Amino acid sequence: MSGICVVLEERDGRIGRISWEALAAGKLLAAQSGQPVSAVVIGASTESIANEAATKAVNNVIRVEHPLLAHYTSDGYTIALHQLIEKESPTAVVFPHTYQVRDFAPALAARMNEVLIGDVVAIGEGPVFTRQLLQGRLAGNYRHQGSGPCFVSVQAGAFRADAIESGSAEATNFTPTIDAAQIRTEPGEPFRGSAQTVDLGSAPLIVSVGRGIKEADNLPIVQELATALGAELAASRPICDNGWLPMERQVGSSGQTVSPKLYLAVGISGAIQHLVGMKGSQCIVAINKDPDAPIFEVADYGIVGDLFEVVPALTEAIKAAKG
Amino acid sequence: MKIIVAIKQVPERDAHIRIDSSGKWIEESDVQYAMNESDAYALEEALQLREKHSGEVIVVSAGPERVGTTIREALAKGADRAIHIDCNDLNQRDALGVARLIADAIRPDNADLILTGLQSDDLGYGQTGVILAELLGVPHATLILHVEKTDAGLKVKRELEAGFFQEIELPLPAALTIQSGGNKLRYATLMGIKKAKTKEMRVVTAAALDGAPVAVLDGIAHPKKQRSTQIIPGDAKQAAATLVEKLKFEARIL
Repeated sequence: MSGICVVLEERDGRIGRISWEALAAGKLLAAQSGQPVSAVVIGASTESIANEAATKAVNNVIRVEHPLLAHYTSDGYTIALHQLIEKESPTAVVFPHTYQVRDFAPALAARMNEVLIGDVVAIGEGPVFTRQLLQGRLAGNYRHQGSGPCFVSVQAGAFRADAIESGSAEATNFTPTIDAAQIRTEPGEPFRGSAQTVDLGSAPLIVSVGRGIKEADNLPIVQELATALGAELAASRPICDNGWLPMERQVGSSGQTVSPKLYLAVGISGAIQHLVGMKGSQCIVAINKDPDAPIFEVADYGIVGDLFEVVPALTEAIKAAKG
Repeated sequence: MKIIVAIKQVPERDAHIRIDSSGKWIEESDVQYAMNESDAYALEEALQLREKHSGEVIVVSAGPERVGTTIREALAKGADRAIHIDCNDLNQRDALGVARLIADAIRPDNADLILTGLQSDDLGYGQTGVILAELLGVPHATLILHVEKTDAGLKVKRELEAGFFQEIELPLPAALTIQSGGNKLRYATLMGIKKAKTKEMRVVTAAALDGAPVAVLDGIAHPKKQRSTQIIPGDAKQAAATLVEKLKFEARIL
């Protein structure tokens, strides 16, 4: 066994940012153990993304191509990558922790009697893989001790995509053997849920509300704060799941990604699914009664207290300041 | 339709968390437990499918004795019977180890459909449903918000990233991991709670850990801060006034 394989994912015809971050993680593992790195692209026709990958400092690019890989299916990807891994016998296989990877990588690892160490946020000497537990309130350190390759997926934003140097790698082709009957699911075309009328992405100021608000009837106090600030109102997933605010106001991995000048999080604990949607904000303020809430790990300013007291007081203070 | 729902009991969301003396897990005596949120949605989906197409809903849960309360809750909401995999070292087993326990316990039932929540709120591996499908040799789909039975099997609505969705068709038997928010959760009725006491809960003992797991949890810690947070002191009014000052003169946003 030798070498590190990093499986890159296509997004709108190009390699997505989180895949470059996975490559950075793969290069970190490679540097720890003095091993070469292969970039793996997969699909029915991979020429353009293979060319894109070849501009980075990797030892080679492997194009896993088959007509049955034109659309993503768990069966197709699992079969193809299983064959590639058997042939290459790498010590580690690194993925971006995307919805797609979550759909097949656990099965791929299990097929080889291995376990995916998923959603990794840091890699230390050893290697030791750090991932979040209890919705980000704790961090767990994991070690791989299987006899096969170590499967790892990395969280969005955890590794530096811009740290990868450029290069000029050669590409090789790998043609897996797949039979159409082995693909048991039939995927449809992606579609948008509903017309998006609120563009949170361009809002300079956002007030966002979470579970701490307890009931829909309490929402007006947060709306008043947003109005006083001249901010858009947004929410974490549970608020939209309950139908208290429309889905289009949801910030997080399944909603919109925002990076306003000010993101004011009210009663949001800060589960990773929410943080990935807002941690690029210029200034983050958190109001939460739990001093251990993970939202405080990304906040610039925090008020630990009862939002039902703090939010109205803040609304008044802002009105006063604006005169 | 015979449906199996794998549910997990996890620490309550607001539970106060302390690391225990082993440094590998939390102090369990401090903590209240609840049904994992997305598992509750998986159970709801199963109950609704049974109401439409008749059949049976069986819940399965692995963990120590306390897990029984979460199983009773599922029975009170309407599940027909339950399997409790009695296991005191769940946290030391990796995702494959736990999926193997569940697969062994449910294999004899030959269910048409296996549902799980998409991810547990404690360890958060998000892999059990996918590995179960692999171990049982059935197709799967993840992050599902809506399930519709068709002549050929199922048509499901899958959540993708950034506000996109996708429909997937797959034959039965199959496994699905369910995303939160697709349905409205029901409450247990008094009648349901009463009935739950008489429903079958079969306890099976988990096989002992077969050697070390592949992914070993060596220790837990409080996470490193990504930014230095200024915690603003004072009562609500003072803190609000200070925050406005800081946003105006320090961050220069207002």
